[in-house]
Amino acid sequence: MSITVLMRTAWNALRRNVSRSLLTMLGIIIGVGAVIASMAIGAGAQAAVLKQIESLGANLIIITPGSITSGGVSLGSGSRTTLTMDDVKAISANVPEIGGVAPYSQTSTQVVAGSANWYTVIGGTTPDWLSVGNWSVAQGTFFTKQDVDRVAKVAVLGSTVAANLFPAGGAIGSTIVVKSVPFRVLGVLESKGQTGFGRDQDDVVIVPITTHQERLTGQTWVNSIMISASTPDTVAGVIDSTERLLRLEHHLSPVDPDDFTIRNIANVQQVREATVQTQALLLAAVAVVSLIVGGIGIMNIMLVSVTERTREIGLRMAVGGRGRDILLQFLIEALTMACAGGLIGVGMGIGISFVVSIVGKWPTVISGFSVFLGFASAALTGVVFGFYPARRAAALDPIDALRYE
Amino acid sequence: MESGATVAIESTAKQPREAPLIEVRDITKTYGEGESTVHALRGVSLSVFHGEFLAIMGPSGSGKSTFMHLLGCLDRPTSGSYRLAGQEVSGLTRDELAAIRSRQIGFVFQSFNLLARTSALENVELPMLYAGVTQKARDERARALLKQVGLGDRMDHRPNELSGGQQQRVAIARALANGAPFLMADEPTGNLDSASSVEIMTLFRHLNRDNGITVIVVTHASDVASWSDRVVTFRDGLIIDDRPSAEASS
Repeated sequence: MSITVLMRTAWNALRRNVSRSLLTMLGIIIGVGAVIASMAIGAGAQAAVLKQIESLGANLIIITPGSITSGGVSLGSGSRTTLTMDDVKAISANVPEIGGVAPYSQTSTQVVAGSANWYTVIGGTTPDWLSVGNWSVAQGTFFTKQDVDRVAKVAVLGSTVAANLFPAGGAIGSTIVVKSVPFRVLGVLESKGQTGFGRDQDDVVIVPITTHQERLTGQTWVNSIMISASTPDTVAGVIDSTERLLRLEHHLSPVDPDDFTIRNIANVQQVREATVQTQALLLAAVAVVSLIVGGIGIMNIMLVSVTERTREIGLRMAVGGRGRDILLQFLIEALTMACAGGLIGVGMGIGISFVVSIVGKWPTVISGFSVFLGFASAALTGVVFGFYPARRAAALDPIDALRYE
Repeated sequence: MESGATVAIESTAKQPREAPLIEVRDITKTYGEGESTVHALRGVSLSVFHGEFLAIMGPSGSGKSTFMHLLGCLDRPTSGSYRLAGQEVSGLTRDELAAIRSRQIGFVFQSFNLLARTSALENVELPMLYAGVTQKARDERARALLKQVGLGDRMDHRPNELSGGQQQRVAIARALANGAPFLMADEPTGNLDSASSVEIMTLFRHLNRDNGITVIVVTHASDVASWSDRVVTFRDGLIIDDRPSAEASS
C-alpha cells in the first residue's frame, strides 16, 4: 500500500470522529504549545538580557547601600543612607583600573516647560555618568564638573522627555521647572530605547548631583554609585578594592557586615537570566509531561479504535493486507493525529507568545528551531504511543478478527 | 471417502484442466493440547478442479468452517498437504498466505463486511490497494466490476444506502477485484431474503458458467446447495459424502 493511500485512509478514519480526534489531540496540542511558548519566552528574556548588558556595558559595577533590618523587618535595598559623595571621591582617587565613577540618585516628579508638563524621573549625577552608563549626547552638551561644583541649575533631557515637553523641538536653551526650580536645558541624550524588560530608558531628566541633593530632595547621601572597570578582566579586582576601601571609609570593624552591596551588572543579569531559565525549564517539564499524557491519550484511543475496527482489520487481512500493511495503517493514523495536534499546538504556542509579549510586555522570540522541536516531539509521541496499538492490530488472527462481534 | 473426494467431475459446464485447482491431502486441524484437544478436522482429502461450483454442507461443529478457513488460506493445517494452483501452501508464513489470498482467493461473507462510510467503488478497490494496483487501473477495474454485478448506477453509494442484496453484490465485485480464479463464499445468502438470495446465487452461477470462476459455497441450506454442481458434506471432521448436486438433493 502506498503512503499516500495510507495517509488518506488515516485522514478519513480521523474525520469520521472529529470531536474524539480533537479531544485525543488535546494533550499534544498543550504540550507542543508549551514547548513553543516556553522557548519563545526563554529566548526573548535572553535576548533582552543581552541587549541590556550591551546598553549598560558589561564592565558596570553598581554599589547600593545595604538594607536596614528594623526589628526583623527588612526595608529593602537602598533604604540606608550610607553612601555619600565622599565615597565617590574616595573611589575615584584610590581604586585603580577604573574607567569612571559616578553617583546616581533619583526622584520622580512633574516637570513643566511652558504649557507642557510631564511626569518623569529626575536623576542626579556627575559628568562621568555618560561614559559609565554608556550614554551619549545627541544635541547640545552635557553639564560639566564645574556645573556640579557650582550647583548649577542645568539639565539634560532624555529623548522621550524632550519629545513630550518640546514636541516642536528647540529644547536646548529653554527652561524647565522641576519642583519650582527652573533649570536651563543644556542638551538632549541619544535615545537608548527600552530595556529588554520594557522600561523606557529615555524617560529621564539628568541634573548635577549637587543640585539634585540641595534643590530637589534635600538628601545628603546618594542612592547608588556606578563604577565602570577599565576592562572586563579588571571587574573582579575593582569590586575587591572598592569593598575594602568602603569598609575603611565607613569605619567598619572586621566583625561588622558590609553596609553596602556591590554588584556587577553581569551578576545581576546572570541571576535574572537564571530565573528566566528556571521558569522556561519548568514550562518545558510541563510540556514533556503533557506530551506523555497526550501520547497515552492517543494510545488509549487507538486501542479503542483497533477494538472497534476488529472486523475491518480481519477483512483487510482476508483481501490480502499483510501484518505490515495493518501496522502501518494504524501507525500512520496515530502519527497523523499527533502531527495535526502538533500543528495546532504550534499555532497555539505562537499565539500564547504573542499574547505574552503584547499583554505581559515580556519579550518573546519564536525561533524556527522551537517550532521544529515542538512539531518533531509531537510526531515522535505519535510514533512511540501509536506503535503498541498498531502492533496489536497487526498481530490479530484474521479468522478471529472476522468473527469478532 | 478418500475415493469419493477425488471423483472427477464431468457434470460441470467447463472441462476441467489437467491439474486440480485445489488439492487437499489428509489434512488435520487440532486446537488446544492434552485433554482439551479438539480435532476439528481428522484427515480430509479433496480435489477441486477449475470451473467447478461446489457446495460444502454440514451441521455446526462438523469442521466445515475450519475447512473453509484452511481453503481460504486464513489458517494453516496441523498436518497434511494443501496445494493451491500447484503451489504447496500448508507451510507458508502469515505474510505469504496474505499474498496468496490477495491473488488467488476472493471472499464473500454472510455479513458482507463492507467498510462503512466508504463508497461501493472504494470498497471494491480495497483488495487492489494491497496488491499495489495503480489508482487509474483500480478505478477502471472497480467500475467495470460494479457494472458486471449490475451496480453501474450505485458506484458512489455507501453500504448503508444499499439493500442487502446490493451490498452482497458489492462484496462479490470486491472478491473479483484481483482476478482470483476462485471465490470462497461463507453463507452468502444467510442475511438475505429469498428474492435477494436467488439474485446472488444467480450471479454466482453466471460467474461460474460464463467466466469460468471456481466457486465454493459453504452453507447449511440445501436450496443454496442445489445451485451448485457438487455437494461435499462434512460430519465430525470428516467428509462423509461427495456427489453431484442432482443426486444430493434427490
